[in-house]
Amino acid sequence: MSGSALVVDIAVRRGSFEVAAAFHLVGGRPLALVGPNGAGKTTVLTALAGNLPIERGSILLDGRQLVGVTPEARRVGVVFQDFLLFPHLTVADNVAYGIRMRGHRRSAARAAARPWLERFDLAGLADRYPHELSGGQAQRVALARALAAEPEALLLDEPMAALDVEVRDEVRAQLAVHLRAFTGPTIVVTHSAADVAALAADVVVLERGAVTQRGTWAQLQTAPATPYVTRLVGRHEE
Amino acid sequence: MPRSAGSRRRSRGPAVVVWVVAGLALALLVLPLLAILLSAPWVQLPGLLLAPETLQALGLSVLTGAISTALCLLLGIPLAVVLARSVAWPVVPRRLLRAAVTIPLVLPPVVGGLALLLLLGRTGVLGRYLAVIGITIPFTTGAVVIAQTFVAMPFLVFAVEGALRATDRRVELAAASLGASPLQVFRTVTVPLVAPGIAAGAVLCFARALGEFGATITFAGSYPGVTRTLPIASYLASQNDLNQSIALALVLLVVSVAVLLGLRDRWLPGVRG
Repeated sequence: MSGSALVVDIAVRRGSFEVAAAFHLVGGRPLALVGPNGAGKTTVLTALAGNLPIERGSILLDGRQLVGVTPEARRVGVVFQDFLLFPHLTVADNVAYGIRMRGHRRSAARAAARPWLERFDLAGLADRYPHELSGGQAQRVALARALAAEPEALLLDEPMAALDVEVRDEVRAQLAVHLRAFTGPTIVVTHSAADVAALAADVVVLERGAVTQRGTWAQLQTAPATPYVTRLVGRHEE
Repeated sequence: MPRSAGSRRRSRGPAVVVWVVAGLALALLVLPLLAILLSAPWVQLPGLLLAPETLQALGLSVLTGAISTALCLLLGIPLAVVLARSVAWPVVPRRLLRAAVTIPLVLPPVVGGLALLLLLGRTGVLGRYLAVIGITIPFTTGAVVIAQTFVAMPFLVFAVEGALRATDRRVELAAASLGASPLQVFRTVTVPLVAPGIAAGAVLCFARALGEFGATITFAGSYPGVTRTLPIASYLASQNDLNQSIALALVLLVVSVAVLLGLRDRWLPGVRG
């Protein structure tokens, strides 16, 4: 299946800090957006989700211009760093939320969300509330919730950051499996080499608001373009 | 606050003078209520409470209080949203907005009633135009509702605003990324998240509306069955039949205590946690 394409060429301003980023990716080849803290990774992601106006440029998702489109109409799913599950809704209703917003009744949305709960091994947790979940479970709910809304692209902001170190390897492996099942363009923001190696096919390096290197993980290892990339590829597990 | 000195003193407890003054303050707050209970004509009470004029005033108070609370919810929740979002505004409009919402809290209710009369009275700034199309508001049950809504609004707005500010706005962004329109986000995420604040605000609002006196008597007068609410009836009775007055006051006291118990510490003004 040939995945759809996301072509990004944007400049975003946050106060006096400007981030300019140009890259493209296709479904089936998740892209890792890496860089040190404050490089502008989350800023780019926020702009792609539609929650930050862009200074100039364009975002083309399968040829559809997203600049000027409201967040709710973009069909871009987001898994937030701290997941941001709806605290007043059960796991089942969190996952069903996107379906419900498309005009389905609560019961119909729940039924439609059922396969997603099963696929993400959440059926046994359907009636729990977010505060009753472990970090790994919450991450699965966040991913299931995003995918159940049938997005055309998926953004993950530091998906492992909120998890305890001991469970990261296992959760990361599960996440990799789930991401492979999604055919749309996928961007994972991270500053972890382990995340890049496990989750992404291609890498874009962002430093101080500008792209400093693009390539596969192997290419970055062979020829790191900056001291940051050298440190990144030289470091194995966290 | 000098931390070391403060914590050393706290470990020994406040000075005796502080205890004495605090006791006086507490006595001032509690003893008058005790006096009501001690002076209450308990034997005649059932008869006084079931008297037609009592039931009429009670019915009017509950009806107007409920309508005012509903109006405060309808108008106050959006105002609370705007107020909570105004933190991003420039200083001047932000402070003006907050001051406007606070006005009924600091304004003597009689002044509020007079202001309403000057605005909506038969010859008032807006009232003269309403009179042309046959609408007269003052001295009607509608005027009672407007006066109560005016004085009670801040209680709802501040309770809801506090709840809004305590919630993580990014959850709303998550909802939008799942395809929810701004109105859907408001309905399915914002309102449920601040529901406890809305409930607390509504209860405070109802309690304030029920106790409203000054603005009501100025703007709505005291017509039995039309504008004579419980506090006004209680005040009028105190002029000639003290027992009747106490009976009415007891009803208001019971409602206040019920509100206090219903809200618990968490939602009372000035208490957090």
